[in-house]
This record gives sequence, structure tokens and C-alpha cells, in this order.
Amino acid sequence: MVIKYFSWIREHIGKSEESFDLPSDVTTINELIDYLNGLNEKYKNAFAKRSLIKIAINKTYSPIEAKINNNDEVAFFPPVTGG
Amino acid sequence: MKEQNNPLIDIRIQSEDFDVTKENKKLQNNQPGAIVNFVGIVRGFDEEKNEAINSLTLEHYPGMTEAEIENIVKESCQRWSFSAVTVIHRIGKLLPSDQIVFVGVSSKHRQNAFDGCNFIMDWLKTNAPFWKVEENNNKKEWVQFNSLDKDATKKWEI
Repeated sequence: MVIKYFSWIREHIGKSEESFDLPSDVTTINELIDYLNGLNEKYKNAFAKRSLIKIAINKTYSPIEAKINNNDEVAFFPPVTGG
Repeated sequence: MKEQNNPLIDIRIQSEDFDVTKENKKLQNNQPGAIVNFVGIVRGFDEEKNEAINSLTLEHYPGMTEAEIENIVKESCQRWSFSAVTVIHRIGKLLPSDQIVFVGVSSKHRQNAFDGCNFIMDWLKTNAPFWKVEENNNKKEWVQFNSLDKDATKKWEI
């Protein structure tokens, strides 16, 4: 799985992208965030306001309950501020 | 009623500036009767914080940004008839008074062009994955999402 981070989420975590094999018990975005939070404080800080975070799976907006698999590209980012 | 089923669509994400006159020439595809533009400009002052802005840097999600803008433009083409649609969004570091975004729509009649341009810009603000970080003398701050933008987009819900 590839995970991408943008804006202040990227800054909290300290990297823009990472890839790893998804543990078999992680099947949704919510579970992925729980898993990442368990890794270290950087993730906990980045995901502190979970309801605020936007999610894309394979470059399409997705809800936090969405199912994921090891071939997906998941992105986490704050509400957008372009224009 | 559709005046043209295949409007000329041009979507560009770029660091370079754009020339509004040239873009409007391109929008004259199929002899439209009306062209409406929106051009976003970097403000030099943050009214909420009451402080000057030295620069703005725009980050985006390559691939998803283009796809989202394409979705927005396609949705607009379902609602209104256009001759051509151009959306240009700049990325990277920009200074006050720089152009950030261009939305140009041409159509047979003005109402389509006005409404379509407004719709595309409202949707772009709330859906296209761009993030701005403002810099002034000694600090760097991510721009917060403005809930008024969400309200602006809501008015188009059907």
C-alpha cells in the first residue's frame, strides 16, 4: 500500500509518502488510522482531529469507513484551500 | 438545450503565469456570444489576522487535482451549454498581486457563461486538492478552510 500525506498532515508525520504491506487485520481507513497512530506520536498528532481529515482512495474522495486493500493508494489531507 | 455537446475543455496545473487575453482568444471556439472569466489574485493583506502576506505557496495532489477539476467541469457541462471551458491553477510560490487561478467559460448567451463560471469556481474551492501556506516575515501558516466556501458550493446542490 502507498500512503500520501499533504499540507500540515505531511509536516506532522515528516514525510510525504510511504509504502508498506497492509496488516491483514486492517481493512478500513478507520483501522488504518488506528494502526498508524500505534506507530508513534507523529501520527497521533497528525490524526488528532480525525473528523476533519479528508481521505482519497486511488485519487477519489472516500469516507472514513471505506474498505481498503494492499494495492490501494490512500491519501490523507486537510480540507482544501485552493482557488 | 445544448448548443454544443463537445465544448473545448482545457485544464492546466502549472507554475507559470497565464495570459488572460490569450486564454480568451482560445475561448472563442465555435463563435460564442459570451465569455465570462474569473481570475483569482494573491492578496497582500490578511484581513482576519490584520497582517501583511509576503508570499503564498500552493501544494497540490498531482493526478487527483486534474481528475477533480475534470469532474467539476463535466458536471458543469451537464447543467449548462458551453462552447469552451478553460481552468488554469498555478502551484508553487506566488507573491501578492500574482494571478493564481483562471476559470473561463464561453457560451452562446451570457447567463450560461456567468452561472457556469461561478459554479466551477465554487466547486473548485471546496473540492480540488490544493493547499495554501502563507508566509510573512518570520512565520509560515497553513490557510484554514473557510466555511463560507462550503456554503457557496451548497447553493448548487440539486
